[in-house]
Amino acid sequence: MDLELSDEQGLIVDTVRKFVRNEIVPLEADMDPDASDLDEENHERLASQVKQMGFYGLDIPPEYGGPDIDIVTRTLMAIEMAQHRAGLYNACYGVFGGAGLAQLFEANEDQKQRYLFPTLRGERHGFFGLTEPSGGSDPARAIQTTAVKDGDDWVLNGGKIFISGADRADYGIVFARTDAAKGRGGITCFIIDADMPGFHVRRIVHTLRSTSYATELQFDNLRVPPKNILGEVDKGFAIANDRLSRQRIPYSAGCIGVAVKAQEMAIAYANQRTTFGDLLATRQAIQWMIVDNEIDIRTSRWLTLAAADKANKGQPYRTEAAMAKLVASEAGGRVVDRSMQIHGGYGMTKDLPLERWYREIRIRRIGEGPSEVQRLIMARDLLGGSFH
Amino acid sequence: MQIRLTKPWRPLTAEEVRKLPGQLGVYELADASGAVVYIGFAGAKELFGLRSALQRHAEAGTGGAVSFRVEVNMQYTSRFKELLMSHRMDHGDIPPVNRTEPPVKVGRLS
Ligand SMILES: Cc1cc2nc3c(=O)[nH]c(=O)nc-3n(C[C@H](O)[C@H](O)[C@H](O)COP(=O)(O)OP(=O)(O)OC[C@H]3O[C@@H](n4cnc5c(N)ncnc54)[C@H](O)[C@@H]3O)c2cc1C
Repeated sequence: MDLELSDEQGLIVDTVRKFVRNEIVPLEADMDPDASDLDEENHERLASQVKQMGFYGLDIPPEYGGPDIDIVTRTLMAIEMAQHRAGLYNACYGVFGGAGLAQLFEANEDQKQRYLFPTLRGERHGFFGLTEPSGGSDPARAIQTTAVKDGDDWVLNGGKIFISGADRADYGIVFARTDAAKGRGGITCFIIDADMPGFHVRRIVHTLRSTSYATELQFDNLRVPPKNILGEVDKGFAIANDRLSRQRIPYSAGCIGVAVKAQEMAIAYANQRTTFGDLLATRQAIQWMIVDNEIDIRTSRWLTLAAADKANKGQPYRTEAAMAKLVASEAGGRVVDRSMQIHGGYGMTKDLPLERWYREIRIRRIGEGPSEVQRLIMARDLLGGSFH
Repeated sequence: MQIRLTKPWRPLTAEEVRKLPGQLGVYELADASGAVVYIGFAGAKELFGLRSALQRHAEAGTGGAVSFRVEVNMQYTSRFKELLMSHRMDHGDIPPVNRTEPPVKVGRLS
């Protein structure tokens, strides 16, 4: 086991770090602290730089045209890409491109042509519609949206809540109950177009994250043709489980990136701010906060890289990914909190990125499976069985 | 929370604007017929929040506006977009002065 970066990894990390510091951070100085988008000109300019560097479409598998970079290296890159004010949910403002919804890689050829490939080209955008007002942790029991067969079509009625980006999406993946008697085995995954009659975005759900907001959806006799069923009827939950575990790795990396930057700021401030006649850095109370930050960062980093390493080797990594997600999101929150404390009043201001990270990183303990659900996943793997 | 702004309209005069808080939030400007001509937000870049933003509009007479209403709101970016979206749903487009500004990515409500 080698814990050192290879020369190539070192070079890649260094390139991304310079890109973030020289290209992204300076632009943020003139942007609203809650901004989520770059202006078109800068977006185009930076995306073409990323293409020249050979990093565009980072999370797209090479067989679909993405760069052939292994997941460990991509994790190291994602840690760098998050190191700016919008970095947690809008890493580098999307100029590295994206892979879109993991489930679409499991789609049939016709669906790939209509949804996956245009998404990979950046022409179409999708949303992921699982959570309902009745609950998100246990969707198998909570889903109340129904899909009833009518002729060849399926007719959807119900609603979803907390769905990110649905108001700007061209299509979305929606999970609905097709067999009430079967529980988990009675959920089907549909691809719906945003212009299908009966699809409504009712409102924005305002949360701590005021960029990349969530929405509430309603389906009112939404008629979906059978060619838009993703996977098989009643087997909606079987889709893309492996890819969903995989997503927890870059999700963790984002938390680490923000924590690394917050710690860097805390160290710089402690070495410059004087109280009671001496630098903050000389106070044991502050030193311990810095040390605790470092422990949190390194723990998160090694757990996340260990999960990536297992995924890279084709070994089972569900527990590792769940542990990384749990630890990185919780530890990242603590690091941002301590760094704000070290900054005193300035830490609370919108002049510094800390307050945005503080709000957004709180969501990381809920999104992509809350901490309790990650523990549930690990407990199942450790103890066996599928208890609840 | 109501989707549309429901705060009372006030005259867009220097005197009225002086009474505004320095907090962050969203606002609408309307012309003499009561039609909304502009939706904006006062973000953290404004020195005195809503007061600075509205002062600028009062001086410039943005879009022939004669009245305004404000809502203090720290979630000003998502609230701003929500107001643009609901205006588009009600009137088919975003307000006229917003159309002259650099494009904002606005979603759909229905
Ligand atoms: C900003 C934001 C964006 C989002 N974007 C999307 C999106 O795009 N698409 C989407 O489908 N969803 C999205 N979500 C929803 C998110 O995935 C859910 O909020 C999450 O899954 C939790 O579901 P819930 O809120 O219904 O909580 P519940 O399921 O009601 O759970 C409530 C609490 O109880 C805990 N809990 C649940 N079961 C147990 C148990 N057995 N033991 C102990 N504790 C338990 C949970 O961890 C949680 O803390 C988003 C949420 C937010 C806040």
